Amino acid sequence: MSDSGKPVAELRNAAVQMGNRTLWSDLSLSLSSGEFLVVLGPNGVGKTTLLKVLLGMVPLSKGTVEINGRPPERGNPALGYIPQQHSFDRNLPIRARDLVRFGIDGHRWGTGALSKAHRLRLDEVMAAVGAASYANAPVGLLSGGEQQRLRIAQALLGNPDVLLCDEPLLALDLASQRAVTELIDQRRRDAGTPVVFVTHEVNPVMPYVDRILYLVRGRWAMGTPSEILTSERLSDLYGIEVDVIKVRDRFIVVSAEDEMSTEPGGHAHHGHGHAH
Amino acid sequence: MGIGYYLQFGFAQHALEAAFLVAACCGLIGPFVISRSMSFAVHGTSELAFTGAVGGLLVADNPIAGALVGALVVAGLIGALGRQASERDSTIGVILAAGLGLGVFLLGYYHGYASEALNILFGNIFGVSTGQLLLLAGIAVAVAIVMAILWRPLLFASVDPEVAEARGVRTGLLGLLFLFVLAITVTEAAQLVGTLLVLSLAITPAAAAQRFSASPAVVTLLSVTFAVISAVGGLLLSFQFDTVKPSVLIVAISFVFYVVGRLAGPTLVAKRRDRLYKVEANDGSADLAELEHGEGVHGAAG
Repeated sequence: MSDSGKPVAELRNAAVQMGNRTLWSDLSLSLSSGEFLVVLGPNGVGKTTLLKVLLGMVPLSKGTVEINGRPPERGNPALGYIPQQHSFDRNLPIRARDLVRFGIDGHRWGTGALSKAHRLRLDEVMAAVGAASYANAPVGLLSGGEQQRLRIAQALLGNPDVLLCDEPLLALDLASQRAVTELIDQRRRDAGTPVVFVTHEVNPVMPYVDRILYLVRGRWAMGTPSEILTSERLSDLYGIEVDVIKVRDRFIVVSAEDEMSTEPGGHAHHGHGHAH
Repeated sequence: MGIGYYLQFGFAQHALEAAFLVAACCGLIGPFVISRSMSFAVHGTSELAFTGAVGGLLVADNPIAGALVGALVVAGLIGALGRQASERDSTIGVILAAGLGLGVFLLGYYHGYASEALNILFGNIFGVSTGQLLLLAGIAVAVAIVMAILWRPLLFASVDPEVAEARGVRTGLLGLLFLFVLAITVTEAAQLVGTLLVLSLAITPAAAAQRFSASPAVVTLLSVTFAVISAVGGLLLSFQFDTVKPSVLIVAISFVFYVVGRLAGPTLVAKRRDRLYKVEANDGSADLAELEHGEGVHGAAG
C-alpha cells in the first residue's frame, strides 16, 4: 500500500503516439489512494492505451509516467488488471480456480503446486468474491458475471496497489454489473486501492466516481462528474453541440448531429439517446 | 506368429520403446495444441518433415537429421511470418505448399533409394536403430523438461492471452518456444505413424482427454495416457494381426478414445453444470436475485 498523500500513479505532460497519430497529449494526472477515476470516451481515443501505459506495455511519446514513484515495468505486481468479459470455449480444460490461481504465479516458469498458505489465500479470495461454490467448474460453463468475479479474485490475489479495469461490465446484465462494481469498490474501501475504470457507460459506476477523465479525439477533460457531464463541457470537447440530459440518476448524452454516430461504441446516435 | 513371437526380436522391442517415447511427447503437447488452435501447425510441420528428410538425404545421407533441422526452419518461418493469429493459418498453408514443392523438386536430385524419404510420409517404426532410439530418448527428455518449464505461463498465455500479457508474461516468446517444441515432437512422431497420421497422436488423445476433465493437470495426464496406449497398443495389435499396418491400428485406438469421450462428454458436462447450479442455488446467490428484482429496469441499459 502506498503512503497516503503520495500519488500511487502519476502522469506528467504525457502523450501517446500510434503511428503518426497522437492519441492524446499533455495529459497530467495523479491518482491518489482511495480514488475512483473513470475514463470515458468513444472507441479508439486511447482509453485502453492509457491502461497499457500504466502496465508498461505502451511507451509514452512525451512526458513521464510513474507508478509508486518508479517508471512502469511489464508484469509489475503492484497493478491488478481486470479486462472485459470474453467467452471461453466450453471445452477449454481450465477450472475457475486454475484461472484465479494465475494471479499468484501465472507468470512464473514451472509447474509447481501451490504452497499451503497460497492455497488458503486462494480459497479466501474466491470466497470473498462469491466464487467459492463454482471453484472447480470449467470456466467455459460460467456466465459472464461469474467470470468477472474470477477476474477480480485473480487481480486481488496479487494484493495490488492500483486496480486497472478495462470495460469490466461489458456484456453483463445489470445485476452482475452491480455485483462486479461493488466488489471493485469494496477493495477500494477496505484497502484504499485506487481504481482506474475504463468504460463507455458511466451510469453503472456513477455512485462511486470521484473523477472523470473524458477523452475525445486527442482532446481531454478531467474533473468531478458534475464538472464534466454538462452540455457545455462536452459540446466544447466534441466540437459539436451535445446535450447531457439527466433522467433520474442516469446521464444520457445526445447529439442531433450525425458526426457522433460515426464514432462507434456507446455514443449517442441521431434520433435516440444513449445511456452514457 | 503372435505378439510373443515378435517380441523376441530387437526391432520389435525398439519399436515399442520408440512408440512409447514419441506418444508420451505428443500427448504432452496435445492439450496446448488444441487450446492454442494449432492443429494446422501440427499438420504443416509434420508434412514438411518429408522435405527435411529429402534435404538430409541429399546433403548428409541422413533423413532424420534433415527432418529435425527442417522442423526448426519451418517453426522459425511460421513464427516469423505468422505473428498475428489471424494470418497464421494462411501462412502455414503457404509454407506447407512451398515446402512440399521444394521436397518433390529435391527428390528429383536424389538417386538413392527413395523409400527412405517416403518412409517419413507413411511411417516406419520397424527400422529404428539403437542410435536413433537414443536420439529419440534424448529428444523426449528435452521436450519433457522444456514443457515442464514452460507449463504454467504457457497455460496462462493459451487460455487468457490478454491478461497474461498484462501480467508480464512474454506471450510471443512462449508461443515461439512452443512452436519449436511442437515441430521437433511432430517430426519425431512422423517417423512412427507417418506425417499423414501424426494428428492421431498429437491431437486426438488430447481432444478425447478434454471430454473427461477440466483440470489442466488431469487432462494432460489423460492425454499422455491415451496417446501411449494408442501407440503401444496399436503396435502390439499389429504384431498379432500382422497384415495390418501399425499406424492404422494406432489411429483406430486413439479414435476410439475420442468417440467414447464425445459420447460420454455431454453427460459429464451436464453433470458438472447441474452440480454447479445446485450448489449455487443452495448456498444462495440471494444477493444477485435481490439486486435483479431491486433494479426494476433489468436489461434496459446499453
